[in-house]
Amino acid sequence: MSRPRQGGVPLPLLVPAAIGTLFLVLPLLGLVIRAPWSDLGARLTEPGVGSALRLSLVTATLATAIAMVLGVPIAWVLARTDVRGRSVLRALVTVPLVLPPVVGGVALFLVLGRQGILGRLLYEWTGFTIPFTTLAVVLAETFVAMPFLVISVEGALRAADARFEDAAATLGADRWTTFRRVTLPLVSPGVAAGAVLCWARALGEFGATITFAGNFPGTTQTMPLSVYLALQSDPEAAIVLSLVLLVVSVATLLLLRERWLGRAAAA
Amino acid sequence: MSLAVTLTVRRGQLTADLDLAVADGEVLAVLGPNGAGKSTLLRVLAGLLPPDTGRVTVDGDVWDDDGVHVPPHRRRVGMVFQDYLLFPHLTALENVAFGLRTRGVRHPEARRRAADWLARVGLADLGGSKPAQLSGGQAQRAALARALATEPALLLLDEPLAALDARTRLTVRAELRRHLAAFGGSTVLVSHDPIDAMALADRVVVVEDGRVVQEGTPAEVARRPRTDYVARLVGLSLLPGTAEGTTVRLDGGSAVAVAEEAQGPVFVAVRPESVALYLTRPDGSPRNVWPARLVGATPHGTAVRCELDGEVPLVADITAPAFAALGLAPGAEVWATVKASEVAVYER
Repeated sequence: MSRPRQGGVPLPLLVPAAIGTLFLVLPLLGLVIRAPWSDLGARLTEPGVGSALRLSLVTATLATAIAMVLGVPIAWVLARTDVRGRSVLRALVTVPLVLPPVVGGVALFLVLGRQGILGRLLYEWTGFTIPFTTLAVVLAETFVAMPFLVISVEGALRAADARFEDAAATLGADRWTTFRRVTLPLVSPGVAAGAVLCWARALGEFGATITFAGNFPGTTQTMPLSVYLALQSDPEAAIVLSLVLLVVSVATLLLLRERWLGRAAAA
Repeated sequence: MSLAVTLTVRRGQLTADLDLAVADGEVLAVLGPNGAGKSTLLRVLAGLLPPDTGRVTVDGDVWDDDGVHVPPHRRRVGMVFQDYLLFPHLTALENVAFGLRTRGVRHPEARRRAADWLARVGLADLGGSKPAQLSGGQAQRAALARALATEPALLLLDEPLAALDARTRLTVRAELRRHLAAFGGSTVLVSHDPIDAMALADRVVVVEDGRVVQEGTPAEVARRPRTDYVARLVGLSLLPGTAEGTTVRLDGGSAVAVAEEAQGPVFVAVRPESVALYLTRPDGSPRNVWPARLVGATPHGTAVRCELDGEVPLVADITAPAFAALGLAPGAEVWATVKASEVAVYER
């Protein structure tokens, strides 16, 4: 446990720290102050808001589910095997973390669009195209958010005592059984944290979504997209929508904080 | 059911080169300092670490050989880890049932047999407890039940009592002895504690730097240690020398008078409680009198264990009142005496 040292904070540190804090907090405060509290209820029940919110929740949840199914195995490979090119794999998987989301959207379009490498085959065989559908929203969100889950789960796997897996092996469990019955339960808090992070990131996704999925109310217009749109026509609506996203974000943070504190107390 | 193993494993600085056999129902203790290669041996036997070269056979089944490596989950092995490694998310009962379930025993049957095993180790009432709720001794028993529940051909125990406090250790050791006696397969236990090894094993192998330096029954090893490490473990001072009749000329200089006649290269072993200390050179019967310097003193049971340096390095146990009366402090010059009849002498 760190203990605050005597003597207070030196001015050259205190002033920038205070300015920085204000810079981070003021915009959020402004959002809360400017919110049209009197007709908040009416605005929230407007059909456009409801459908955007529903679409956002559904797509973010689906994206998180896909990220878990695909991302947990990636994390396992990164943490538990020494296949060659593992560091390259890690770098590739984490590229979307630093890539501008718009670029991700363009890349998805080039692969899965009607003229894309895979998208063309899909179109020729089934007549179905992915871009500008709800599926495209889910894919865009998965692309951007999955690395958060992978990184989080890999960290949990590395922190978990791998000797439990040795113990399982001596009890007759092959690696798959060991993974299901020992490893996964042991790292489940890490998986949960990763899923929450991933979900929050997917919920806020804007760049890749608008590029790859477009902006169609009801099918691809998620909350962040409708915030952006509303700001040009109806600023009050944008504030209300932003407020909703802010509440969700803060709730996410509290959820994770609770978990982190819980773990610290147990350790 | 019997185990035969020959292996070479290189891990960093250490090359372990071991050749062991364990019969049906026999308990072999591998005794050695930390880093001697004991845990490496167990990991190889469990299949968790393939040997660089070597052969492991159990009941005639080849588990390791050139081009053969049976993975751990296909070996009929039970292992008790030093810190037990009970799965924290499962109850004690589920832990014990784990090995049965992975081997295809159906759920109700696995639970019944696991409950049976828990009862055998005295944990009948604690099946629903999570490992975190168990005391050290209870966790040890649960880990043993988990390892034995699958009826392995080979039981491996890694420092089975090391994590227990002294009092629990005594009871658990006695129980473990009873369970090992009832176990029909081969048992290999590794320990750095000679008392555990001697109390539990039928045969002791002493390993230092990856090599076997001594092998025998616990009594033989305790009475006639062949290396300094073993001697210190069993509380003896070991002095190599050359015997001529009742005198042994020590390799380190000086000489020791012994009661039994011997010839040629021998070990001389002196028990700490047979060494007496004086501030001035004593007169009288002991023929072995050496000047020495006290280099360390630690409580040892009801006595004080004094480490002596000089031409004959010895360890002496003297009572606390005697230690106080002598007014000894590290660095003190003393005289050490041992009766010739108290000195053991045996061939090197």
